[in-house]
Amino acid sequence: MPTVSMTVNGKAVSAEVEARTLLVQFLRDKLSLTGTHVGCDTSQCGACVVHVDGKSVKSCTMLAAQAEGAKVATIEGLANGTEMHPMQAAFKEHHGLQCGFCTPGMVMSALDLVKHNPSPSEHDVREWLEGNICRCTGYHNIVKAITAGAAAMRR
Amino acid sequence: MHDFHYHRASSLADALKALAAAKDGRLLAGGMTLLPTVKQRLASPSDLVDLAGLTELRGIRAENGGLGVGAMTTHAEVAHSPDVRKTIPVLAALAESIGDPQVRNRGTIGGSIANNDPAADYPAAVLGLDATVVTNKRKIKADDFFKGLFETALGEDEIVTAVHFPRPEKAAYVKFPSPASRYALVGVLVAKTAGGVRVAVTGAGACVFRVKEMEEALAKSFTADAVKGIKIPSKGLNSDLHGGADYRAHLISVLAGRAVTACG
Ligand SMILES: Cc1cc2nc3c(=O)[nH]c(=O)nc-3n(C[C@H](O)[C@H](O)[C@H](O)COP(=O)(O)OP(=O)(O)OC[C@H]3O[C@@H](n4cnc5c(N)ncnc54)[C@H](O)[C@@H]3O)c2cc1C
Ligand code: FES
Ligand code: FES
Repeated sequence: MPTVSMTVNGKAVSAEVEARTLLVQFLRDKLSLTGTHVGCDTSQCGACVVHVDGKSVKSCTMLAAQAEGAKVATIEGLANGTEMHPMQAAFKEHHGLQCGFCTPGMVMSALDLVKHNPSPSEHDVREWLEGNICRCTGYHNIVKAITAGAAAMRR
Repeated sequence: MHDFHYHRASSLADALKALAAAKDGRLLAGGMTLLPTVKQRLASPSDLVDLAGLTELRGIRAENGGLGVGAMTTHAEVAHSPDVRKTIPVLAALAESIGDPQVRNRGTIGGSIANNDPAADYPAAVLGLDATVVTNKRKIKADDFFKGLFETALGEDEIVTAVHFPRPEKAAYVKFPSPASRYALVGVLVAKTAGGVRVAVTGAGACVFRVKEMEEALAKSFTADAVKGIKIPSKGLNSDLHGGADYRAHLISVLAGRAVTACG
């Protein structure tokens, strides 16, 4: 079996995997980083969004082998010890989740938005969330959380 | 998903070699179409040959007054490129309208046109702007490239390396997106080019096509009124849960009018 190596949340990792192993399977099954979820497994829902070399991607639609040598960031890498990242804190504060299944993908997607657009309008956030589906919240509080999280990150 | 061999090609020659040696090899670009297809077992390739390492297939260059876009350039790179926004703004806007941010971060122009999905956006730009597809073997004019449902002029051992877009005088793309995927239910690109007016329609038929009657009308009078009244026969157009053939035929006339208006 081929070996893949990459950096995940700042740590160098390496494992033997079948070529067909998806990045999300590598993260969840090999590294036990189960914060990244699989919702649809058909590239639609965004529950599996992580960052690869600084860009948000759907990790259910990327092979682990395609991330060879890349820098991968997942939801587990955001908090500083027990202190939540401002975007995570904003989701808590503004009730941006109910069951929480979509939340890791929402947060990782939001952080990619803020990178290009530090002060997104409500419209910008709604457009950006095209690839993130939530079964529970009706999006309203997610949008509020992301706008507030972006503001907190500017401070 | 069945297992396969994965190769990361180090050069075009290396990619061609891996493809030739494979029983049923497929090129892998962004994977945004191919991987879902393999997952659903609609395809079971023996080998995937990844083009991601070929830096020569990436990037956007000014070329003879137009733009050369490398096959592995992502939709997001085209959408955000200052050169594209300045020289051919319609191309940046079209790329920005594809799917969602994560699809745009991975999906490539080469993958999109090689796949030639009937509802894809890029085929409308390539055909409507009279672009030329460059491969490892030859240059193919847009009019000769798109052959039918998921079918192109590409040979088995042919790799798209770039697409050359001449700069249009004016152009606009208007699509009626599927609310779920953003694929085009119907999309119309209208352009005033050096070779005349071109109207390219995606989403409506088995494959992107031009509407000669609209092009002739617009050559005489470049106004929305000139095309609004032209009725497209619905025979042979797509009919699915998103909309019937009659509805799509109607949309072509409406969107063509809007695209002319958007040309300013
Ligand atoms: C949720 C979702 C929404 C989407 N919405 C849209 C949309 O609104 N509009 C739209 O147009 N598209 C949409 N797409 C499709 C997307 O644009 C794909 O990125 C694109 O169709 C394929 O590009 P790729 O780079 O991912 O190619 P891949 O999936 O890697 O490859 C596709 C095919 O092209 C072949 N190929 C790839 N590169 C080359 C090359 N250089 N030379 C020869 N053959 C090659 C491959 O062998 C394969 O057969 C969507 C996809 C998803 C998952
Ligand atoms: S699990 Fe990846 S997009 Fe739904
Ligand atoms: S909070 Fe339940 S899916 Fe979004």
